[in-house]
Amino acid sequence: MKGFEPQIVAFCCLNCAYSAADLAGSMRRQYAPNVRIIEIPCTGAIDQRVLLQTFEEGADGVFVAGCLEGDCRYQVGNIRAKKRVKALQKILDETGLGGERLEMFNLSAAMGNRFAEIADEMTRRIRCLGPSPLRRK
Amino acid sequence: MSILKERTGAVLVLGSGIAGIQASLDLAGSGYLVYLVEQSPVIGGNMPLLDKTFPTNDCSMCIFSPKLVECARHRSIKILTCTELQELRGEPGRFEAVLLKRALFIDPEKCTGCGDCAEVCPQELDDAFNLGITRKAVFRHYAQAFPNAYVIDRGHCLQCGQCSRVCQAGAIDFSRQDETLEIEVGSVIVSSGFEVFDPSSLSYYGYGRFPDVLTSFEFERLLNASGPWEGRLLRPSNLQEPASIAWVQCVGSRNIRIDRGYCSSVCCMSALKEALTARARGPLNMRTDIFFVDLRTYGKGFEKYRVQAEEQGIRLIRSRIYAVTEKEGGDGLLIRYADEAGNIFTEEYDLVVLSVGLQPSRGFLETVEKLGLSLNRYGFCEPIELTGVATNRQAIFVAGASSAPKDIPGSVIQASAAAGEAARYLAGSEGTRVPPVVELPPEQDLTGSEPRVGVLVCRCGSNIASVIDVPKLAEKAGKLPGVVYAGEHIHACSQEGQNKLKQVIREHRLNRVVVAACSPRTHRGLFQETIRQAGFNRHLFEMANIRDQCSWVHMQDPDRANAKAFDLVRAAVARAVRLKPVETFFSEVIPRALVVGGGAAGMTSALSLADRGYQVSLLEKTGRLGGLASGMVQGFRGEDVQEFLSRLIKATAEHPKIEVLTGAEIKNVEGSAGNFTTTLGDGRKIRHGVVIIATGGAEYRPVEYLYGQDSRVLTLLELEKALAGREPAVAGAKTVVLIQCVGSREPERMYCSRVCCTKSVRLALRIKDQAPGTNVYVLFRDLRTYGFYEDLYQEARSRGVVFIRYETDAKPLVEATGERLKVTVTDHILRRPLEIQADIVGLAAATVAPEENLKLAHLFKVSLNEDGFFHEVHVKLSPVDFSTKGVFMAGLAHGPKNLEECIVQAKAAAARAATILSRTHLESQGSVAVVQREKCAACLTCVRLCPYKAVEIKKGAAEVKATLCMGCGICAGECPNKAITLLNYEDPVLFAMSSELCRGSCEDERV
Repeated sequence: MKGFEPQIVAFCCLNCAYSAADLAGSMRRQYAPNVRIIEIPCTGAIDQRVLLQTFEEGADGVFVAGCLEGDCRYQVGNIRAKKRVKALQKILDETGLGGERLEMFNLSAAMGNRFAEIADEMTRRIRCLGPSPLRRK
Repeated sequence: MSILKERTGAVLVLGSGIAGIQASLDLAGSGYLVYLVEQSPVIGGNMPLLDKTFPTNDCSMCIFSPKLVECARHRSIKILTCTELQELRGEPGRFEAVLLKRALFIDPEKCTGCGDCAEVCPQELDDAFNLGITRKAVFRHYAQAFPNAYVIDRGHCLQCGQCSRVCQAGAIDFSRQDETLEIEVGSVIVSSGFEVFDPSSLSYYGYGRFPDVLTSFEFERLLNASGPWEGRLLRPSNLQEPASIAWVQCVGSRNIRIDRGYCSSVCCMSALKEALTARARGPLNMRTDIFFVDLRTYGKGFEKYRVQAEEQGIRLIRSRIYAVTEKEGGDGLLIRYADEAGNIFTEEYDLVVLSVGLQPSRGFLETVEKLGLSLNRYGFCEPIELTGVATNRQAIFVAGASSAPKDIPGSVIQASAAAGEAARYLAGSEGTRVPPVVELPPEQDLTGSEPRVGVLVCRCGSNIASVIDVPKLAEKAGKLPGVVYAGEHIHACSQEGQNKLKQVIREHRLNRVVVAACSPRTHRGLFQETIRQAGFNRHLFEMANIRDQCSWVHMQDPDRANAKAFDLVRAAVARAVRLKPVETFFSEVIPRALVVGGGAAGMTSALSLADRGYQVSLLEKTGRLGGLASGMVQGFRGEDVQEFLSRLIKATAEHPKIEVLTGAEIKNVEGSAGNFTTTLGDGRKIRHGVVIIATGGAEYRPVEYLYGQDSRVLTLLELEKALAGREPAVAGAKTVVLIQCVGSREPERMYCSRVCCTKSVRLALRIKDQAPGTNVYVLFRDLRTYGFYEDLYQEARSRGVVFIRYETDAKPLVEATGERLKVTVTDHILRRPLEIQADIVGLAAATVAPEENLKLAHLFKVSLNEDGFFHEVHVKLSPVDFSTKGVFMAGLAHGPKNLEECIVQAKAAAARAATILSRTHLESQGSVAVVQREKCAACLTCVRLCPYKAVEIKKGAAEVKATLCMGCGICAGECPNKAITLLNYEDPVLFAMSSELCRGSCEDERV
């Protein structure tokens, strides 16, 4: 699969991760255009079904990015999200899709650079894994 | 009352740091017009400089920026940057302020923050904010600054005009002139903040000579992700990672030789925080040493933070520093110091951070002169005793670091208190000056109508258009299902852009709008306001962020940037067609407060609210008012506590709006913010809109040091009483020993009780006053006379009070041998046991939380910390609020503090409570969780998880109280049966969006 460009969907909480992505913009920090962000109020709002469906829709990789632990605007949302992501990684492993295609990150609104690193890191990782078996032909 | 009505319902707030912003928000939130005046071009003060904040290690900017945005948006807050007070005329309640507004060559209303101007500016300068990293003469203070406009540094601008030629928004105009404004205000709040001490005058620290000697504030920038090296921890001299860092405490603090005797209060904690952060960023096994005199971790949660810091390997060195010098050859710094015993050592470090003291800000002195305020000997505007915020001038209040060096929560509390006192002074004039609410057309009824989406693609000058083919994107967007209009605009956010939006909404009968531009974080509110004015629900709006998250970050790959921009627009449209209007829910507010606890804090809160016109029910469990202060004689600044307390009790008892219920106990609480019903033990029901918990605290009954076994061993409060009563045993004592940290800073109570050191020093001085020949010994672990109380410590030492430090592994021993008490302590300098024959031993016993706090916590659905004190929603920025709306705390219920601090907090709690009481209704905020009753199994998952206690089970199914719901969606994410969804973030909406985001690249691949 030459020239494979992974498509990655990122669910980012508005307060921290989404803000960090904006800051990466203000800093003009260049990163892989493979990542597309969906803004959510809090990572705690993300249901496992949404993450699964995103793979069904053809994503090669998905990540959830919330506030640093202990910093959640809504106190515990990112901790709940972490639990769900962990559980789902297991399911993805069992179904053969691979848990590595899903990841949870924590970052503060001041970490624009880190956001860009995450985007690049995930793109590299998924590129190595190849296209998702669920990708629509 | 006629005089009251003439008072001006507007307040001038001088200084826009966290204190000024909090005061402004509280005042604007309860019906007053605020003029927030700031000398610099941006609001925010010092807080945006910081990297993290102690003791939670929250990112400073993350927690602050929502407040900045709220402040900037508030219709009752007029922000005047680059503005100074020239003169204050008139009388309290009816002042006229003359302001000078310096011309900004860039109009912040027009500037889009694109940065084209800085790109072409030929003038490069050192950036003071960022450790000498260069910036241009036209610049932005930091990426998230508000106003988010560029400013021109007039001192360095060449007026070459290059910037104005490239500015596509036409925001730059060099002909703008300074303006003089005259405004009417009823009251003034001074919150001018602090600046840090410049250590270059103390040559032995090497600051200014050695590049690797930094101030603690420079170090904050170095740690900050938006700082000079994007948060990478490097040595300025060679840009290498440091392997060792030393912090030097008390630089420009506690130094009587340069007449800076006071303790700056915050530096010990900030050094611990910086050391912890550095360890997390730096190489493994990095050496992080703090050279200190006394480690003053006296605030709530601070002692545990210190323990944590030590566990993580931070070395604390009790010492005196002689000099910081450079190693021969230049690579490395040497610190020469003496330990407690006087042994001299030299150690080497890669970086040295000077924990510099705080001092009033430069512009402050001029302001103070214009206002006629008196200052203390250090130049701070210290409030009048036991008021917390009052100055020598009526209706002028002080808040934040202008009054004393203090940390963020201290500033926030004092700011709320100052706002409350200003509002109290102006009571009756609320609502008279605020701009009228704009009448909005009724919202279109969308029932049964098909989505008609309009897409507006913004060029953002050239910020988007230089990478994204905007006309093509608009053309493609126009063909998407549901889209009936698509167009472009050079600056969608400009007034012109807004007008165009309104016009196309009308012409194309749009009922949904998508703007493809910048970030919803900064611009959603603006566009929502416009579409609401155009006649439909503000939530039928979506943004595609094709600037910050596309054109700016993929400029080197325009093809894929264009593909991504289209994906983002498609996803936004997919969401827009599925959006539902969000209803605003209202609930009634009962204008009565319930105050639990009749001590100094409870009474102060009750009086603050009652004077503002609200009914108050004050509950006291015992038979009389007064609380713990009933047992006190003298305040920390020498005040007569009993005289103060009797005035307070009289005012409370006689106030027509306060109902005092003694011997009262709460049996049950129902309802929520705005409408609680509290049932008392006697069956009486009180309906109230808010509650302030001020249950106080108690002095720990020691089991140590023969207390309770020997009548000559007393607690500090007992000793104070005995001294005041000149009881013979005490008055005749030849030797008195005061032992610190009895029951505090121990494994079972790992917190500092904050007040005991100062109280002990006060009592020592009192003993010396009454009988100068008495020997007084204070046995301590760290002497924590923070702030100006340090002066008392100095005085005590100069008057012969002996201070002996002890370690926890060699605690003092008190024995009743013979006629006197034998106290044995290991001297910290001689390192040998010392025997003192004492007549009286005073124990600085801990402040403990009352047990009934637990019961109240259950009743009001709030939480306690592990020490039994109430737990605030945010340690830094909401120190009197609970996560449960409508419930507030004050005084010792929150944690140990002195009487004056209790009073400030009580006023702050009242001010916060008034932001609810001043409204007739509470409104729900944006998207809320919605329950489908038929799907709900009443499993309680949501009830358990909701951080705001907004969900309850009613008639077998969950019910979300819309006015309490904050819209986080945690319940929706967890609901096992999908009975709860977060409005407009439902699964099908997210499915549709991800489907669009994933499809694009596939199509491209097919091509």
